[in-house]
Amino acid sequence: MKIFNYHSAKDVKEASKLSSSRSAFLAGGMTTIPSMKLGLASYKDIINIKGIKKLSGIKISGKKVTIGSTTRHAEVANSKEIKKAIPSLSALAEGIGDPQVRNRGTIGGSIANNDPAADYPSACIALNAVIHTNNRKIDAEKFFRGMFETSLKSGEIIESIEFAIPQKSSYQKYPNPASRYAIVGVYVAKHKSGVNVAVTGAKSCVYNDKNLSDILSKSFSADAINNTKISASGMNSDIHASADYRANMVKVFC
Amino acid sequence: MASLVGSRVERKEDKKLLTGRGKYTADVNFIHQTYAYFVRSPHARAEIKKVDISKASKAPGVVAVLTGADIANDKIGGLIAGWRIKSEDGSDMKVPAHPPLANESVNYVGDHVAVVIAESLDEARSAADLVKVDYKILKAVVKTKDAMDSEQIYKDIPKNMCFDWLLGDRAKVKEAFEKADKVIKIDIINNRLIPNAMEPRAANADYNPSTEEITLYTTSQNPHLARIIISAFNGVAPENKLRVIAPDVGGGFGSKIYPYAEEVVCSWAAKKIERPVKWVADRTESFLSDCHGRDHVTHAELAVKNDGTFLGFKNETIANIGAYASVFGTVTPTYLFGPCATGVYKMPAAYTNVKAVYTNTAPVDAYRGAGRPEATYTIETLVEKAARELGMDPAEIRMKNFPTEFPYQQTLVHSVDSGDYNAGLKKVMELGEYESFEKRKKESESRGKLRGIGFCTYFEACGIAPSPVVMMLGCGIGLWESAEVRFNPTGNVTVFTGSHSHGQGHDTTFAQIAADQLGVPIESIEIAHGDTDKGPFGYGTYGSRSLTVGGTAIVKACDKIVAKGKRVAAKMLEVNEDEVDFNNGEFVVAKSNKKKTIGEVAFACYLPGTYGEVKSPLPDGEEPGLKETSFFDPANFSFPAGSHICEVEVDQDTGETKVVKYTAVDDFGTIINPLIVEGQVHGGLAQGIGQALYENCHYDNSGQLITASYMDYTMPRADNFTDFNLGFTCTPATSNPLGTKGCGEAGAIAAPPAVMNAVIDAIGTEISMPATAEKVWTACNKKNKNSEAA
Repeated sequence: MKIFNYHSAKDVKEASKLSSSRSAFLAGGMTTIPSMKLGLASYKDIINIKGIKKLSGIKISGKKVTIGSTTRHAEVANSKEIKKAIPSLSALAEGIGDPQVRNRGTIGGSIANNDPAADYPSACIALNAVIHTNNRKIDAEKFFRGMFETSLKSGEIIESIEFAIPQKSSYQKYPNPASRYAIVGVYVAKHKSGVNVAVTGAKSCVYNDKNLSDILSKSFSADAINNTKISASGMNSDIHASADYRANMVKVFC
Repeated sequence: MASLVGSRVERKEDKKLLTGRGKYTADVNFIHQTYAYFVRSPHARAEIKKVDISKASKAPGVVAVLTGADIANDKIGGLIAGWRIKSEDGSDMKVPAHPPLANESVNYVGDHVAVVIAESLDEARSAADLVKVDYKILKAVVKTKDAMDSEQIYKDIPKNMCFDWLLGDRAKVKEAFEKADKVIKIDIINNRLIPNAMEPRAANADYNPSTEEITLYTTSQNPHLARIIISAFNGVAPENKLRVIAPDVGGGFGSKIYPYAEEVVCSWAAKKIERPVKWVADRTESFLSDCHGRDHVTHAELAVKNDGTFLGFKNETIANIGAYASVFGTVTPTYLFGPCATGVYKMPAAYTNVKAVYTNTAPVDAYRGAGRPEATYTIETLVEKAARELGMDPAEIRMKNFPTEFPYQQTLVHSVDSGDYNAGLKKVMELGEYESFEKRKKESESRGKLRGIGFCTYFEACGIAPSPVVMMLGCGIGLWESAEVRFNPTGNVTVFTGSHSHGQGHDTTFAQIAADQLGVPIESIEIAHGDTDKGPFGYGTYGSRSLTVGGTAIVKACDKIVAKGKRVAAKMLEVNEDEVDFNNGEFVVAKSNKKKTIGEVAFACYLPGTYGEVKSPLPDGEEPGLKETSFFDPANFSFPAGSHICEVEVDQDTGETKVVKYTAVDDFGTIINPLIVEGQVHGGLAQGIGQALYENCHYDNSGQLITASYMDYTMPRADNFTDFNLGFTCTPATSNPLGTKGCGEAGAIAAPPAVMNAVIDAIGTEISMPATAEKVWTACNKKNKNSEAA
């Protein structure tokens, strides 16, 4: 690990002010620190935002679940309110990594990193999430831009994520047997306005499968997609799974 | 006192190990400590044009930067291949030079090029980035199967072939195959594995310029072997000036049997800079540079009669030994593999031919089971296929070919002293509820899952080994074991063993043995190992040998203690020696109440005379003290055997395969501590099931290791397994007085074929290891398409 300056920000304003093109915000550090240890990343400044109280916590109001960006996966997994409002979301959090990761890793860190195989981005897409930053509100569909790429600007900090409570929803994944990241994860959510089928792990970035979403919006049943072919085009292929296998898994989990 | 042998004594070492009080090599720090970081080749194969250390040498904190040129100048010898194999044509195996720091070429990703030594690890690592190596990149040879037809890696080694070895009689096999009703054939791959000991390798060498002594702490299964190699072959220091200590070691599985480049370099460098040099591998370095395991491509054939009788066996194997011939890299695919390839069965004619090839991958050496898992996978998948093709029950075909008279001389090499294969198979079928399998299969089907069952009946040759035999076969060392039993004057005991515990539980098992032999409470016995300055020379721990060879040495040393004790007790009790019996820690005179405890006798041995109340004159000519040493060389290997049944469930939609029932019945002869033995079986099964379903080392075509972290290398976890149902049968070994047979490797040997036979049974088509979800899904699809087409 290369030498860096460590800062513990007392509020969002200070954190933002300290940031530069050579800095990183630290919350759970579940990706940042291993990357630094492996020499894959190095920063001049590490700005810890974990001490900023207002970034953590869970709020349920009416049709929305709002989760602070530094809320840990374990808190989401164990929250009685979320279990009641969106059981698939707490189940997703319960399935991330291992107990150590769940007790440190945060929802904001996960979506800011936008790992193509991360679980949370699919929840954001499927649950029509709005990402609140210190500057603006961003719709999930516009937030995830590409592999490890988001629409966050330099110095911009995610404050919370606001999920719409669906009528029905489910998240299924086939974890990479080694890393336990999703080889394919499919989040299906039925809202009054229609159905979202969000897919993670399969391509370079999470996406909403419009075709499957449309079909299920018309008829919300497993049989509805029986004759739908999922194209393997654009899907990842690696030592763990081919594009064809991933395409199959999208359908199996949908 | 009740006998401790056979009881479930809790592991004495666990309190220390589970509470973080173990002392590992990385925990050791000397004053004036420096830290080493190795510059490793990023290329699988390249010529080294130039190594420029000028910038690195001036970097902050750097103490020294040493290269292959330095090590060559100091005439430090290369790493060795410890077992000489001859080819079928009588020629010697071909071995490339393996300098501890590469001088002319690098031959795998991770190969050692230079070492940077600095005041801190961070400084060493940062400076390592400044070492500029000018490489001429060459085309790498990666695939086992193609190695003989690829670019030649070493000038003097045509076809990249180390040797072309034959065991058995081709003519007799040909004859046997001509008489066959049917010939069953398989083409299989034994997938390459990375050992992944919990503790990464490490070394810390300290040099004392006034005494010219080097003390090397290292993660070794075998400190005595490390000392003799670093001394006699690498020439770093004379044996009397080199002390090797292997303190607590966190697992080895074979990968820590022998010294690597790092230990040699740290010892040499410590002497050169006159400061202690410490190196601790990070996990990526472990993946890259620990010796790997397995990696065979095999074609095998079995000649059978229609009634299932085996007539002959052929085995043509290509074994990848990596870029260099490692210490046991050449024996693993030959004498540890070939003799076991006919399995437990009566096999009138057989041969095994192994072509060992060099590739631009990490060296391959012994890994839990070493050769025997490869052998067992070959014969056991072949036998199960024979059963399918002949329409026989997999148990029936096995029983038909079991030998029943022991000792049984196998066709190839081994004379198996004892066993009862029928008893084991019957017991596992009962424990594993073989009769009701169809019911469970239907239940799985009702949930949309495929269920399959697979057998494995194995034997293995371990407890290595009789020195005259292994030396005749090309081994450069003997393989006996030593023990020293030292009574302290106050009656407690230290037992030194030349074997080494790195998870096996010797502190407990060996103490049980000594407690029974000497009649001393187990709490009064310490087991010492892992320091060449403390106990006598020994050959370490691997090949399931510690108990059968090392444990026996302890028994023999205890016998000598008792023999001396009788002489001394007789004198103390004023009777003749032949009137004294030894029972439960007491020397007693028959038909009298005269007796002395062994503690009293020990005390007398240390105070041989009269002093106040003490009256303990020793017999004339008897030396004072009570300490005895024994060196034990067994007359034969030990031959554990067993029968395992695995049931798997396959999800056809995802291909996901789960072991849902696993039953193992093993014959390890006499069991000293069932708790520890069960733990050994569990660990072995986890590794065996891991190989069958999850683990796979993958190099890409350019020789880059893709599975170089836990993100890509699937280490199985607890949730990948089901409960293991274990049972035991017992036919004591005749080659050691305890009657024990090795148990450490059995699970890793038996599980892969049991699991794969179950997978093949479930999906109805052959598939190679590891049976990953995608592979199983693809195989199911292909089969479904074929049956639709038909």
